[in-house]
Amino acid sequence: MIDRDEVLHVARLARLELSADEVERMARELSAVLEHIEKISELDLDGVPPTSHVVEVANALRADEPRPSLPREEALGGAPAVSDDGFLVPSPGA
Amino acid sequence: MSDILALTAAETVRRVGAGDIAPAEVWETYRERAAKDDLNAFTWVADAPPEEHGGGSAGMALGGVPVAVKDLFCTRGVPSQAGSKVLEDYRPPYTATAVSRLERAGAPLLGKTNQDEFAMGSSTENSAYGPVLNPWNRERVPGGSSGGSAAAVAAGLAPWAIGTDTGGSIRQPAALCGVVGLKPTYGAVSRYGMIAFASSLDQAGPFARDVTDAALLFRHMVGRDDRDSTSLGPEEEVALPEAEDLAGIRLGVPEELSGEGIEPGVLEAFNDTLRRAEGLGASVEPCRLEHAPHALSAYYLIAPAEASSNLARFDGVRYGLRANGDDGLLAMYTRTRAAGFGDEVKRRIMLGTYALSSGYYDAYYGRAQRVRTKIAEDFRSAFERFDFVVTPTSPSVAFPLGERTSDPLAMYLSDYCTVPMSLAGIPAISIPNGRSQGLPTGFQIAGPAFSENRVLAAAHALERAIGFDGAEARA
Repeated sequence: MIDRDEVLHVARLARLELSADEVERMARELSAVLEHIEKISELDLDGVPPTSHVVEVANALRADEPRPSLPREEALGGAPAVSDDGFLVPSPGA
Repeated sequence: MSDILALTAAETVRRVGAGDIAPAEVWETYRERAAKDDLNAFTWVADAPPEEHGGGSAGMALGGVPVAVKDLFCTRGVPSQAGSKVLEDYRPPYTATAVSRLERAGAPLLGKTNQDEFAMGSSTENSAYGPVLNPWNRERVPGGSSGGSAAAVAAGLAPWAIGTDTGGSIRQPAALCGVVGLKPTYGAVSRYGMIAFASSLDQAGPFARDVTDAALLFRHMVGRDDRDSTSLGPEEEVALPEAEDLAGIRLGVPEELSGEGIEPGVLEAFNDTLRRAEGLGASVEPCRLEHAPHALSAYYLIAPAEASSNLARFDGVRYGLRANGDDGLLAMYTRTRAAGFGDEVKRRIMLGTYALSSGYYDAYYGRAQRVRTKIAEDFRSAFERFDFVVTPTSPSVAFPLGERTSDPLAMYLSDYCTVPMSLAGIPAISIPNGRSQGLPTGFQIAGPAFSENRVLAAAHALERAIGFDGAEARA
């Protein structure tokens, strides 16, 4: 149901590198799960509104007042690489 | 020392308050037991209670009785790895609201408990830090994803614990380990500082030896938090349950969740307790949750879809693991994620990304959200006729380690009876319900949104009638 090419396409969208072995396994396992899930296509859901969230809270706003944020050194404390005052990443162009 | 182990947490709090036991004695008893954990229930154990909360004193509401916390709750300066290699030794700069509330009430952090990676699993075998063993039988799983918290409480390595439930991750391990587990109404407990899996479903709740302990711990977790805009203030204070009967209570037994697919021994224990409920004055009648059989399908689209978005943050930039970036930023992202995530997490990210991708959104994610509406409607109609809907918590007792790891679908079916309540956002509790094949089974009670006090009261009355004894697992 979901083939090798589709697995590779979705893996690209998900920013996930898969080994050749994982691609084969993923195609097989996802197909099996999707086959089970497919049963919901039998339901008549015309006119049924979608539920994205069970709590009916709209526009939960707070006053826009300045307050201290996490100190920079703490925010950077867990980063694998930092430059003087920010997160350091490899060049996008490499 | 062993006297303390025999007490429930609420009784320990009372004795501490009366001056019979020193908080330090309680701390040492459990710290020692947690440090000797041979179930792999803990991923980290504290040396000493944090000083800023006085280590919990006799005058505080929770009396210094320490709490074990699922690894995915952020705890300042303490490893919070969510069972994942991608967060190995991550120490957050802040603490989750649920945990800081408990600390302020006098329950110091005893340790962090093992879990399925990012709470994805039903056996705790998906942890990057090894599986947790079930204290009733070490060749069996404790359930999941909060398997470490459930096993720790069952084995008396912790007086009580907290976990999270997205599709059954508190209730199912509670059932498999013979302890009480409560999944509150969505929004009752702040999600701030919980490493997110599926944000519209994730909810924190207590694990405890009995219903009174669960209520006491829950009382100090709840409440509106400015840092979680989906959190809601409770309509009434959490009460300690006192009910001893079920006079006038109407129980609905959904046909869809109490027959086919349930192990015979589990079903027998369930039916025995229905008779006990009648003996306590309840009426028991069949009811329908017509769309419940489709709940798993909807869940396995919605939860992975939300997860695929939440887990995008693990990219080797701000925290955790980073793979070699010599080939540029994109390669660093994809390799970090390949190296950091386990098989099940990869599967769910792929499934969720697929369900949200162009051309499939309506057929999968959009449809699943409509099924979710129907499931919530089914419960609403059931609650017009019944006070509670009751089911077995898990279709089976604890299964052997390794039995379902190679068959994702079989693993997913472990949550058959717990997922519908999650999709509807309603509270549900699992209480120990006798044994089958020598292993604990669970009885689940679900009520309308914010009916926790009534759910806890009914659970308390049933608990007394069932008379489950968990001492064997603590020996």
